[in-house]
Amino acid sequence: MRTAFIRALTAAAQEDERIVFLTADLGYKLFDDFAARFPNRFFNVGVAEANMVGVASGLALEGWKPFVYSIVPFATLRCYEQIRNDVAYHEADVTVVGVGGGFSYGHNGPTHHALEDIAVLRVLPGMTVLCPGDPQETEAAVRALARHRGPAYLRLGRAGEPVVHPGRVDFRIGESLLLREGNDGTLLTTGNMLAPAVRAAELLGERGLQVRVISMPTVKPLDVPTIERAARETGWIATLEEHSRLGGFGAAVAECLADLGLPVRLRRFGAQDHFSHTCGDQAFHREAHGLAPAQIADALHSGLR
Amino acid sequence: MTALSSDGLDGLLQRSREVRASVVRMAHRAKSPHVGSALSSVDLLVALYFRVMDIDPARKMLQNPDRFVLSKGHGCMAYYATLAARGFFGPELLETYSRNGSVLAEHPSPVGIPGCEIGTGSLGHGLSIAAGAALARKLRRQPGRQFVLLSDGECNEGSVWEAAMFAAGRGLDNLVVLVDYNKLQAMGRSDEVTGLPPLAKKWSSFSFGTVEIDGHSMPEIVRALEAAPFEKGRPSAIVAHTVKGKGVSFMENDLEWHYRPPSDADLARALAEIGG
Repeated sequence: MRTAFIRALTAAAQEDERIVFLTADLGYKLFDDFAARFPNRFFNVGVAEANMVGVASGLALEGWKPFVYSIVPFATLRCYEQIRNDVAYHEADVTVVGVGGGFSYGHNGPTHHALEDIAVLRVLPGMTVLCPGDPQETEAAVRALARHRGPAYLRLGRAGEPVVHPGRVDFRIGESLLLREGNDGTLLTTGNMLAPAVRAAELLGERGLQVRVISMPTVKPLDVPTIERAARETGWIATLEEHSRLGGFGAAVAECLADLGLPVRLRRFGAQDHFSHTCGDQAFHREAHGLAPAQIADALHSGLR
Repeated sequence: MTALSSDGLDGLLQRSREVRASVVRMAHRAKSPHVGSALSSVDLLVALYFRVMDIDPARKMLQNPDRFVLSKGHGCMAYYATLAARGFFGPELLETYSRNGSVLAEHPSPVGIPGCEIGTGSLGHGLSIAAGAALARKLRRQPGRQFVLLSDGECNEGSVWEAAMFAAGRGLDNLVVLVDYNKLQAMGRSDEVTGLPPLAKKWSSFSFGTVEIDGHSMPEIVRALEAAPFEKGRPSAIVAHTVKGKGVSFMENDLEWHYRPPSDADLARALAEIGG
């Protein structure tokens, strides 16, 4: 997803010379091409995220369109008040880009795990929250953000995520993408749980359950009509995210369903409410939190029909 | 304290070789990044754990007069190897480094690693925690010193300087900051990425008793660490000029080794150079 992001951002910067890129000393070699093409629009601000976000706000208020970049916790939690006050409060046209959603930096331990960002970003007034699920969605998200004006958060995976969409996709901010038809239930997935969601649906299909799979790369604003239709047509909904079960995408869907007053069964898949003191790669942590496709399929097959 | 004898010096140098060899083995086995960041701080850690600190694996951690925080958590291979060499845990644990199910992740956890109390990995946290621990000792009128190791890139973080002002304002002369000034941070030379220089003057202007040393000269390291606090009523900063990748010629001063794990051939060459 990282490569797709840079490719799309470079293309966008070619079209829009207001786009500037700031990194907090992360992305070795990744941005060499961008920096060579746009030497006056690339800034490594050092390991100083709070300053980076404030500087981006200042640039945005003067007419530039900054994208700021670091690993998710450092790009979001570390400088959260700068995002809230300097960006959101000022309605500054800044996109915060976090690399390493969920357990993408698994081996690096909890300081690098990204399990709270969706929750804290989506509560900010005026904040758009995008969590693309594969490289195609990532490029579409950057194209959408290039047209967008205002505070935004883009949550990426890392590198080597499977390409789920067979070809180019496009979405407007707030739109979801249907990946699989079905009326026995609905999987709503955001971010890098896309591939596991599709796999879980295949496993359920083998057991005779035809499950609808909808990718929701926009967590805010939520695609309410699609959620409402899924609730009415399929009876149950499961949400998937590589993020805490508290406060994130599943919570947003739960709020939406409660507001709609729909009597639908809901199951939220996400990270459990504890830190992982054991080292492991992404697959290890997914399994530890019940997020492997087979675990999801089993839980839904036995628990929600 | 007794002066560093030539036997004592030889012993420390031998420990440094052992720890360096462990570091490159871990990086090779785990295909882990940050080998350069670990190698630059080996001599500082060895001096602390084998000469300077009154810290004993046989005691409960809180009963140790001297304590340490690794604020540059990405340098943890050197820390783990030093803790193992000092007897906090067995060398076999090092072999699990970065494996699924291990307690030794690529940044230190506060849970499960004997001898390690503080989890780090996000830069700019350790100095504040160390300052709090140093204040706690002052409040208890407890002797001993709190050491903390920072990277140079880490000094970009504003929180470092909040902690520095706090420590100076509270007169925490039981706090000793070591900066592993290896001149390279994740995307470039630390003297160029931001206006980091003059780094030692920054610490002294923040009212730290400050010295600059060669961070690979064991006598200089020991002298500085044993002399701290340099001024009564002030925290101490030791700005240690180091070389990223120190001890393995082809890793030295090369940013590639912030990322690249050693191949089989790299490992063999590195171990031959390190000796030990």
